[in-house]
Amino acid sequence: MSATGSLIFVDLAGILAFAFFILGLHYLSSPATARYGNRIAMVGMLFALVAILVSTHAAGWWAILIGVALGAVVGVFSALKVKMTAMPQMVALFNGAGGGAAMLISTIEYFVTWSGEHAAGPPAGLGWIVVVSLVLSAIIGSLSFAGSIVAFLKLQELMTGRPVTYPGQQVVNAAVALLIVAMGGWLIVMQGVLPEWVYVTMLCGALVLGVLFVLPIGGADMPVVISLLNSFTGVAVAITGFELDNDLLIISGSLVGASGTLLTILMGKAMNRPLTNVLFGAFGAAGGTEIAAAGGPQQIRSTTVDDVAVMLAYANQVIVIPGYGMAVAQAQHSVRELADQLEKRGVTVKYAIHPVAGRMPGHMNVLLAEANVPYNQLYDMDDVNPEFPRTDVALVIGANDVVNPAARTVASSPIYGMPILNADQAANIVVLKRSMRSGFAGIENPLFENPKCALLFGDAKATVDALVAAVKAV
Amino acid sequence: MIHLTELFGLLTVFVLAIFVGFEVISKVPTTLHTPLMSATNAIHGVVLVGAIAIVADVFHARSTLLFTVLAIAATTLGAINVFGGFAVTERMLQMFKKREVAKK
Repeated sequence: MSATGSLIFVDLAGILAFAFFILGLHYLSSPATARYGNRIAMVGMLFALVAILVSTHAAGWWAILIGVALGAVVGVFSALKVKMTAMPQMVALFNGAGGGAAMLISTIEYFVTWSGEHAAGPPAGLGWIVVVSLVLSAIIGSLSFAGSIVAFLKLQELMTGRPVTYPGQQVVNAAVALLIVAMGGWLIVMQGVLPEWVYVTMLCGALVLGVLFVLPIGGADMPVVISLLNSFTGVAVAITGFELDNDLLIISGSLVGASGTLLTILMGKAMNRPLTNVLFGAFGAAGGTEIAAAGGPQQIRSTTVDDVAVMLAYANQVIVIPGYGMAVAQAQHSVRELADQLEKRGVTVKYAIHPVAGRMPGHMNVLLAEANVPYNQLYDMDDVNPEFPRTDVALVIGANDVVNPAARTVASSPIYGMPILNADQAANIVVLKRSMRSGFAGIENPLFENPKCALLFGDAKATVDALVAAVKAV
Repeated sequence: MIHLTELFGLLTVFVLAIFVGFEVISKVPTTLHTPLMSATNAIHGVVLVGAIAIVADVFHARSTLLFTVLAIAATTLGAINVFGGFAVTERMLQMFKKREVAKK
């Protein structure tokens, strides 16, 4: 087993590594120093890798080389290629990779130490600490691995983003969980001296539970789930550290486990959805139908590009409310062009950013920054909400749930209580939409029935481009 | 095998790191939630260190081809986590470049 190492260099590099991780996270919590923080964490990782290579004398160096080179190429290539809109699922995949690594490490540790060290003598068992940490990190790592893949499939729309529910779901989940606990408990009690199928059953159970646990969660809640799985992987890594007697893994893993949990809670708060609701609420399955049934078919008013162009051109203040739909259509550059045209005519343009606009908190800021929208035109929800009564046009582009007044009024709605952008207080509301489909949360939006509200159907980018041309012509 | 005194040393480290983890990001603006999550994601890629250690174990134990392949797979996954994680975070943070001047 690789000990922490007698070499002072190795210990020192390990200390530098986690010091740099902590410093990096600290700098990452302020926009001005965030990039610096990421670089510092990278340097920390470099120290960690050098330390382990020195302490193991790079045994099996060619295998390490193949593995690391392959992973580095795949990781960097996909990170650079991915569209900014698809970022959340990319993070999910990388997280799943980490969980998968923890799962494999425990599995190899179990079978190799078993057949290697103990095969000759009588079965002595693995020792309590190793067996407990091995079982726990295998289970949590597998959960995170399988769960992240389902999260990826859902966000990539390779499978339905809707919650997948069936009768007796909680019972099935509980049964699988019980099976895992039973197998894991048995392994711990017997200190690992059991037939192979026990470990394999436990591992498969954990993989299945990872899938089952994410299936009933709707696409809108996926960021919170990814954040949760992220902290899961952190915990799995920390426990792997106990298994391998490696301080650095324990420190970094628990650092991520704790900060990941806190981030998950913060995200949940931003969406006004307690974690238990996210995990067990089957968001989007209920509620929507009720409202639709009560209101009958929605009475909506659609409008034309020319009408909207005139309305915008003669406005004093326009507030743009961008949503995920804008990002998917890659319309952010066109939106900026539209804003430039309007400003030329003396119209004040502001962007209202809901905390959960996009697919993750902060996602929309990133997307708009990509299109060079000036930072001082972006307004947080609390700053911009008092502006709406003074606003002539609220231009909603591909957003839905964040302007849904049902969050204020309909107690049965799944988003009830979520703070929203008060677009309905503007003199006119124009909603750019692809179709009458409901938002990502799967809820009807009474805003569309508001007499002040007009809908403009079509692809966001094409519509905004048409608006730019029409405003120029006014 | 780890002894009990050693275990308490490791547990102390574990508990302290949890507190640091809570403390260090408790005041983060919403804008930075996504990059921060991505960065912590890259940091738990340190599991690659464990994967490299396990490759060494497999080679010391002169284990079978199957476990050699599994160990390589573990390092590959770990490396994807590290390199991909940092690269995607870097890309997200590039968007913040102009912010430093224009901050309100």
